Amino acid sequence: MSGMSLETMQRRMLAAVMQPLTPEDTMRERNEAGERMADVAAEFVAPNDRLTAFERLEIYNRQYWFRLLGALGEDFPALRRVLGSRRFDALAVAYLKEHPSRSFTLRNLGRELVGWMRKHPEYLGRRKRLALDVARVEWACVEAFDNGELAPLTAEEIGDLHGGSRLGLQAHLQLLELDFPADDVVLELHQRERKGASEGGARPEMGEMKPEALDVERRRTWLAVHRADGSLYYRRITKEEYQTLTALGRGLGLGEALGAGFRRSRIGPAERPAALQEWFAHWAGLSWLTKPEIEERA
Amino acid sequence: MAGNRFNANQDHGVGVGLRIPHYDHIFREKPAVDWFEIISENYMVDGGRPLAMLDRIMEQYRVVQHGVSMYFGSAQAADLEHLRKLKRLVKRTGTPWLSDHLCWGSVDGTYSHDLLPLPYTWEAVEKTAARIREVQDFLEIPVAVENVSSYAAYTQSEMTEWEFLNEVVERADCGILLDVNNIYVSSVNHDFDPMEYVNAVPAERVAQMHIAGHSKYEKYILDTHDHPVIDPVWALYARAVDRCGPTPTLLEWDDRIPSFDEVWAEARKAERYLVAAQEVGAR
Ligand SMILES: [Fe+2]
Repeated sequence: MSGMSLETMQRRMLAAVMQPLTPEDTMRERNEAGERMADVAAEFVAPNDRLTAFERLEIYNRQYWFRLLGALGEDFPALRRVLGSRRFDALAVAYLKEHPSRSFTLRNLGRELVGWMRKHPEYLGRRKRLALDVARVEWACVEAFDNGELAPLTAEEIGDLHGGSRLGLQAHLQLLELDFPADDVVLELHQRERKGASEGGARPEMGEMKPEALDVERRRTWLAVHRADGSLYYRRITKEEYQTLTALGRGLGLGEALGAGFRRSRIGPAERPAALQEWFAHWAGLSWLTKPEIEERA
Repeated sequence: MAGNRFNANQDHGVGVGLRIPHYDHIFREKPAVDWFEIISENYMVDGGRPLAMLDRIMEQYRVVQHGVSMYFGSAQAADLEHLRKLKRLVKRTGTPWLSDHLCWGSVDGTYSHDLLPLPYTWEAVEKTAARIREVQDFLEIPVAVENVSSYAAYTQSEMTEWEFLNEVVERADCGILLDVNNIYVSSVNHDFDPMEYVNAVPAERVAQMHIAGHSKYEKYILDTHDHPVIDPVWALYARAVDRCGPTPTLLEWDDRIPSFDEVWAEARKAERYLVAAQEVGAR
């Protein structure tokens, strides 16, 4: 195939490399178009006396999947334990087929996973909602870990707030409304993960793993995942705090955001000023409030 | 140590790759490492611990940036957002030069996250050299390209790997990060004499060298950076230093990472070659 352009060759090869492996982790005999992979490989890969063109291409095909499945497993270790390794791998392969990496960094590999999981409950095993919550908490950790740090509002600026004020939220702050207390589940499973790692040596092998037995009941939970001094923290918040903060994040003025925050609240009007004072003290102390995002100039 | 224009005339000696499991040890013990190589992509983030750790390292050490996703050989246009982020990091670290691999790995914005070998064709020479120039102009610091290890060869190739390397760096007017372990790995996988490769490298363009260990399989060698450096690789390194003079040298250890002391002790074995080369140069 001497006439093949560099771009055509690269497109052909990347498609081959990104093809899912067989259950035995070998390269498939045929691609989705029905072409024999031995023929596809021979179009551009030269054999040597030890390896055929197919076998040489297969090295890259395997490397691709081992690397990407490993990276996704590192970002979602608790999800992997909830689903078990087999189901997790099946989910990861199906997800990555639809959402291959579109970023120069593997950090963003799981960005579309939660949205994809919502559309594909068939991959989530028996505890679908729990799996989804766990994935949401783990992705929130990825975001909170290295998102930017915006300058927080000063005490003076907070003192000047009024009903029409618009506020921004700290870039690393992630707010979640969950069906389960999934933060506890993730903490527990991350601990088991670390224990497994230290017992198995410095490098936890991505070995086969059955779904973990978990004793957890549904309970609506509002969670903030955020960073302080470089470390990640979970902080349970009230429904009202969650509703207020997410309303502020959507760009509502403070008065409207509080209206949204106290919707269907059991906190009576008389208790609200005290509650508000407490919230703002916490939020300011954690640097969660910032100036509103200014429209970026084109 | 005499530098050249491809490493901004720096005198860096032996360094090691900065790895997260070693942070605590480095901050506690302050080992006398000359410099650290950082993987650019790990620090091209907006905030948090990665950048805080980097700033702490930079208080005490010189760092040089090494990238894994520039894909000079990918046939399509460069990712401008990537370049802008990279330049922001370059300004933060003050890296005197920057390296990435002579390979490809993305198509239409989809990334393999692998270092895929290029076919050694004239088309690839032209396209890759043009891209390196573009990146070098954009970043405004010297860029060095690293030879990768490979497990496949292409039916289209029109020259040897070292001829290809020569043609690319000449046209791009860029430096070389010579990885002698990669030369060794590829020589076994492709049945060539690694010494012939080392002897063919344009010595005046070598900005930096990499040494590393690797894994051996039945039918091929995989470049896994998870073992000590083997003797044939030291022999290639000795010859390379002999030809290029004392050159900033870095030990890579990416997997099954042992203690910092073990990595550092392995890296320091390179010092005697550099000292010997310096003595020869001084005579
Ligand atoms: Fe290298």
